[in-house]
Amino acid sequence: MTWEYAPAPESRDIANLKANYRMFLDGEFVEGAGEPLKTVNPATEEVLAEVSTASPADVDRAVKAAKRAQDRVWGRMPGAERAKYIFRVARMIAERARELAVLESLDNGKPIKESRDTDVPTAAAHFFYHAGWADKLDHAGFGPDPRPVGVAGQVIPWNFPLLMAAWKIAPALACGNTVVLKPAETTPLTALVLAEIIQQAELPPGVVNILPGAGDIGAELVNHPGVNKVAFTGSTEVGKIIQRSLAGTGKKLTLELGGKAANIVFDDAPIDQAVEGIVNGIFFNQGHVCCAGSRLLVQESVAEEVLDKLRKRVATLRIGDPLDKNTDVGAINSREQLAKIQELVASGEDEGAVRWTSPCPVPDKGFFFAPTVFANVSQAMRIAREEIFGPVLSVLTFRTPDEAVAKANNTPYGLSAGVWTEKGSRILLMADRLRAGVVWANTFNRFDPTAPFGGYQESGFGREGGRAGLEAYLDV
Amino acid sequence: MSDRVTVAKTYKLYLGGAFPRSESGRTYPVTDARGKFLANAAQASRKDLREAVGAARKGFGKWSGATAYNRGQVLYRVAEVLEGRREQFAAEVAASEGVPQKRAQSLVDTAIDRWVWYAGWTDKIATVLGAANPVAGPYFSFSVPEPTGVVGVLAPQRSSLLGLVSVLAPALAAGCAAVVVTSQNRPLPAITLSEVLATSDVPAGVVNLLTGHTAELAPWLATHADVNALDLTGAPPELRTDLERAAAGTVKRVLRTPAEEPDWTARPDIARLRAVLETKTVWHPMGA
Amino acid sequence: MKTSTREFADVTRDETSLRRFLHGLPGVDAVGVEQRSAGLGTRSIKKASKMHAIDLAISMVDLTTLEGADTPGKVRSLCAKARRPDPDRPEVPKVAAVCVYPDMVETAVAEVSGTGVGVASVATAFPSGRSSLRIKIADTEFAVEAGATEIDMVIDRGAFLSGQYGRVFDEIRTIKAACGNARLKVILETGELATYDNVRRASWLALLAGGDFIKTSTGKVSPAATLPVTHVMLQAVHDWHAATGEPRGVKPAGGIRTTKDAIRYLVAVNEVAGPRWLDPRLFRFGASSLLNDLLMQRRTQLEGHYSGPDYVTVD
Repeated sequence: MTWEYAPAPESRDIANLKANYRMFLDGEFVEGAGEPLKTVNPATEEVLAEVSTASPADVDRAVKAAKRAQDRVWGRMPGAERAKYIFRVARMIAERARELAVLESLDNGKPIKESRDTDVPTAAAHFFYHAGWADKLDHAGFGPDPRPVGVAGQVIPWNFPLLMAAWKIAPALACGNTVVLKPAETTPLTALVLAEIIQQAELPPGVVNILPGAGDIGAELVNHPGVNKVAFTGSTEVGKIIQRSLAGTGKKLTLELGGKAANIVFDDAPIDQAVEGIVNGIFFNQGHVCCAGSRLLVQESVAEEVLDKLRKRVATLRIGDPLDKNTDVGAINSREQLAKIQELVASGEDEGAVRWTSPCPVPDKGFFFAPTVFANVSQAMRIAREEIFGPVLSVLTFRTPDEAVAKANNTPYGLSAGVWTEKGSRILLMADRLRAGVVWANTFNRFDPTAPFGGYQESGFGREGGRAGLEAYLDV
Repeated sequence: MSDRVTVAKTYKLYLGGAFPRSESGRTYPVTDARGKFLANAAQASRKDLREAVGAARKGFGKWSGATAYNRGQVLYRVAEVLEGRREQFAAEVAASEGVPQKRAQSLVDTAIDRWVWYAGWTDKIATVLGAANPVAGPYFSFSVPEPTGVVGVLAPQRSSLLGLVSVLAPALAAGCAAVVVTSQNRPLPAITLSEVLATSDVPAGVVNLLTGHTAELAPWLATHADVNALDLTGAPPELRTDLERAAAGTVKRVLRTPAEEPDWTARPDIARLRAVLETKTVWHPMGA
Repeated sequence: MKTSTREFADVTRDETSLRRFLHGLPGVDAVGVEQRSAGLGTRSIKKASKMHAIDLAISMVDLTTLEGADTPGKVRSLCAKARRPDPDRPEVPKVAAVCVYPDMVETAVAEVSGTGVGVASVATAFPSGRSSLRIKIADTEFAVEAGATEIDMVIDRGAFLSGQYGRVFDEIRTIKAACGNARLKVILETGELATYDNVRRASWLALLAGGDFIKTSTGKVSPAATLPVTHVMLQAVHDWHAATGEPRGVKPAGGIRTTKDAIRYLVAVNEVAGPRWLDPRLFRFGASSLLNDLLMQRRTQLEGHYSGPDYVTVD
């Protein structure tokens, strides 16, 4: 008997989509002098809205506005007062959660169940958490009166547009900094609604400025001499360019870059939950996750069983309309990203890995890529080393814990790792030996504002979240 | 004084727990503050530096794998041995830095005390910088600070012992291994320190001290892909930007300090510990 | 015996082998399984697919009355409802079975024989299972002789929790033999097993011993059926099928009262065990009030406005 779930789409009207969006500068929505961009729904390839972008002169104005706001208002304001503004933002995100979720799924292509259940609530949680820090910084372990850094220039990626904005803005504000943030070129909309919320919450003008634009505007921002602190989330390639360009400027820098996480399954793992964890690890957000568990390391003795169960489970994933509440895997964010995934998948086939792709139906319009699992992958293949940033899993095997550690650590990245075993002492040993900023044991892809997140080695430096995350925004 | 001819010391590199000459066979003359010849120091080459990084990577495994208590004991032992060589260090510091004997003595004492201060940190770092994260869900989540790995240190140029101790000890206390390019013109106390380290249970490779030309060695240190962090304290001002740029090639953690050396006698905070630590967050579900 | 296939003949040879096997099953991570079932619970089933689900759910109901106050009259009216759940709408499918105490089987059989509605009887000193094996066999035989087509037995949870797996295994096998042609549902009483690991072990034990169905609960212990427990059991029948080729069924019972609940279970059946299990022969709901909610929701779907309790029959 087959039972088709009828489509259950969330209404796009809820997104309150406007034809035009403008940048947010010094408390006002204004036209930018840059070339306007058209943001596209990756699930349908239709244009959603036209968005004005910043010019270098706009960046300069924004940084100056932020500097003024920092000097005159925000940096001097008692922490307890700053806190109340940030709490307001948290509450207002929650109030407009449904609107933000639908807008995020439209602009980004992620399934509505993820924007609804993860992105938006976690974004609100980040503001709520950091609001509480604003008047307690003297207890944070950075000395009796830690001072803000000044103006933070922040550049964020397209994979979690609103959530990354929250990760960046909330701690900056809590510590007394002001912000100029550039959302990603392909996903500017929710950050601009966040700007609306910030305006409605009556934050003083200039405290937060949101300037859409392409990479050149990001470069303009991070290199602006008025910026005291730079925070970037994105590719390792661009991270290196930023680190290079900031050399000698004395600007404080944190980078949250790429990853190639190993998800390690031992033969005594809770197999069914491990399979869930593998699926969640690589197919959550179409695999557009820097900490995605893109390398599955499975112990040889259970490799067949795990792969078998995995394929069966992956075949049940529903790919399609991001607004459908039953969609598990949405659209790839852009044509460029899709091409990159296709190119790496082709390299996997060329190099001799065994490809399996879910037989699930794939929409004929829009940018989609069916969940794919590569078996017989060796460490030398590109699909085992390079970040694919898509729904593609590479499966390798190991025999002993030492071999698992060696393979897992054999990468210049070091953002996250997963371990699946019922043996407590092995979990702790693996957690100790894996060179990664986050180790998920018997779970994967968990995030919380109280839990510091960030990478080792070429996955970047600095942490976001928790007490440790405050350091990036304090002059310590 | 007797007429006895003293036995002169040959100053060598400290690399992987041994005291080799530079593979290049080069040396350079070291003089005191007034220009009087003191000794020939080995002039390390980029190949020596490469060996040092390799040795440090090996040493890192042992050192970071030791218990914090053990690291604290080993570092405290270093302070004990330093104390025993107090006079020798004072003489070398006085000669190198051209300060009066009394001042040199005081600098040595501060260096020993600083070492003791950091020795006591090893088993407190995780308590102070770690955390139990009260996440909103059925998970136990904790964060622990971990040493970043191999740290390349360009030691202060002026403060030959106290400055060196102030940058080296925190890296060691954090659990890192170090490749140190010593003060170019005042290297003798560093070499004597390496003799202390070699006799103080610090595992081979954990500290490697290279004497030589900072400007020659620093770029190799900054670009070496197996170096995790770079301390620019003693970098020549004109090279700092380039070094920082080079370090970006493998996303190194870069510790930037003002070009002007600080007053090393001031009481330190834990910023230098934080600079060479990573935070690792671990999650596990809680369920029966 | 047919009940333990060749693959597993070794593991049921003796107590030690059985223990080793059951404790060698992969563990169940509680948080993981709860998360997965909560995730599936957010599936949104609308329109035609909801209508389909409602009819499917109706056809899977074991319409149950297990009260001390049961009377032949009560059972007869229950049977009428089972045969024709919505008198106004003959196209509504009949339920899978009625489920009653052994002494009511005869009454029920008289009411439903020839209609395709089965008669299930609880047996083996339901609900506690605290009696001698002799009594439990007699209880079963009494129901079977009265015409029960399905027997819902309870396992000895005390024996299971004290690790006497062989004893539980033997008891299930003995009851299975006493069932004759009647199908055997093995009630694990998961609310008393306390952990998902135990639920998985008990599921496998029941499957090894030849249970045709594994059933969550008696309905007399709280918690009764839960989604994550049912997940673990669905996974067990899925894995059993993969290993032996034999399809076995799952029956959550107790606490499933609304259409929304039932649809969540069906989504789990579909995605955890597989579409093959969307079949009354392999999945049942042990319920009483659920049926009326399904009927009300069915009307709502058809009539385009909300229905009320006075528009379905109270039995």
